Amino acid sequence: MRLTPRGVWWFKVLMHLMFLTPIAFLAAKVLTDNAGGDPVQYIIHYTGMGALNALVVTLVISPLAKRLKLGFLMQTRRMIGLYVFVYASLHIFAFVSLDLLFAWGFLLEEVVKRPYILVGALTYIILLLLAVTSFNRLKKKMGRSWQKLHNWVYLAALLAPIHFYWSVKSEIIEPSIYILICCGLLYLRKAKFLKQH
Amino acid sequence: MSKNTFTKGVKRQKLWDLPDNEVTPETVFKERRSIVKALGLGALGASIPGYVQAGLFDLFGEETPKNVFQSSELAFQRNSNFQLSQALTPEDKVTRHNNFYEFGTSKQDPFENAQSFQTEPWSLTIEGLVDKPIKLDYDALYKRFALEERTYRLRCVEAWSMVIPWVGFSLASLLKEAGVKSSATHVAFETLFDPDQMPGQKSRLMGGGIHYPYVEGLTIAEAMNPLSFMAVGLYGKTLPPQNGAPIRLVVPWKYGFKSIKSIVKIRVMDKQPPTSWNQLAPHEYGFYANVNPQVDHPRWSQASERSIGEGGLFSAKRIPTEMFNGYGDYVADLYKNLDLRKFY
Repeated sequence: MRLTPRGVWWFKVLMHLMFLTPIAFLAAKVLTDNAGGDPVQYIIHYTGMGALNALVVTLVISPLAKRLKLGFLMQTRRMIGLYVFVYASLHIFAFVSLDLLFAWGFLLEEVVKRPYILVGALTYIILLLLAVTSFNRLKKKMGRSWQKLHNWVYLAALLAPIHFYWSVKSEIIEPSIYILICCGLLYLRKAKFLKQH
Repeated sequence: MSKNTFTKGVKRQKLWDLPDNEVTPETVFKERRSIVKALGLGALGASIPGYVQAGLFDLFGEETPKNVFQSSELAFQRNSNFQLSQALTPEDKVTRHNNFYEFGTSKQDPFENAQSFQTEPWSLTIEGLVDKPIKLDYDALYKRFALEERTYRLRCVEAWSMVIPWVGFSLASLLKEAGVKSSATHVAFETLFDPDQMPGQKSRLMGGGIHYPYVEGLTIAEAMNPLSFMAVGLYGKTLPPQNGAPIRLVVPWKYGFKSIKSIVKIRVMDKQPPTSWNQLAPHEYGFYANVNPQVDHPRWSQASERSIGEGGLFSAKRIPTEMFNGYGDYVADLYKNLDLRKFY
């Protein structure tokens, strides 16, 4: 299926809405005191799930575009990738500001001591690098190394659900499903991984 | 009904009648509700099926359940030995932020899923190594023992804490009435098993993988400690289901998961009973589970805690966690010969 430039534009608007409305709902819930007894935990979990879900969506795009011949989907991939970064940034900002209350020493201690926070921090560093190099001009400048760098998203796709799995007390079914989904999405790209070696 | 009732010539002043600034005024609470209504979010939420609500982004969540459990006023004396100078956690936070996996694993789930829970009739049995087994029915929970109010700190193993005014009676008074035999070493507790009422017991996804019924335990010395409390109410009223109605344990020097909810059986034993979280992850949760800022959870620090108090998002406080949650004067002696790093 092909879309006219106008169609692509509308599709992008739809995608923006899809990723912005949850943030608006979160704000509404928090402002109306409907985010539970401890809104801090609620916000941290909500934004973390948003980041993970957006990450899954970005990884679904290229297999979907190839198989269903929906080329226009590829034009939304960077945008959705940036939403992964937006949600992850909100997630970390909420943790640092609302939970740790900017106790940086404590944050460092937590990152070093706690494997799941360390895994989360590594994931965020990858997302940060991908976000700052997402501009067209930089992409051109970086040439082949750009693609190499952006292949790190596959590592992020493994680390993010592991971070989720490790952070929960016992409710491992949901994070396990995410690990399986992400592994599945990486499996679809096995040809790409094999070619590189 | 008057706010202050007279009992035995003493003016019974309820805690929440006192400092106005420590409680969310009901008007403010209701105003917030009306803002939600004005935004139409409630109607929007209600019009969307549950599976969508639980979907991709947890978009809506559920709004306030339609039938809120009706708590009734309790008659009690305030025990001045167990009071705190810290501000209380507002009632709406105490009843809307709960770990009670029988009703779902997220903090809002118990409030949303437990409102139609039936507490009457109820039966609590005290059995095992006792001279005289006891069976308490629903009315006896409130009548057999004189009720008192105690304000305790509650420290969750997840590093958040609350300050809660409980109503109930000491566990020791219950055990004394049953007559603990000299061979007894431990006390085991068991939560109701009723998958029809407790969806978490029916579905592994909702129940977080715990083997139900939930079980807990104490040593005899811990159980007989004056701090160990059987709560039947909070904020002067019978417990709401999400807080462990109709009767629960409160052991404030231990992490919250030790304070087992909706108890149907107490068994006095001569060996250490299995406990639910210890069974699930023995390297993370020990039998003792005493609050201890020096012994971290393998995956997070226990040195400090986020205190859930009044106010909104930006009023959060992080406070240092105290040894035995600040109750060392009562319980430190119990553990003087125990390596608390090994027996966490």
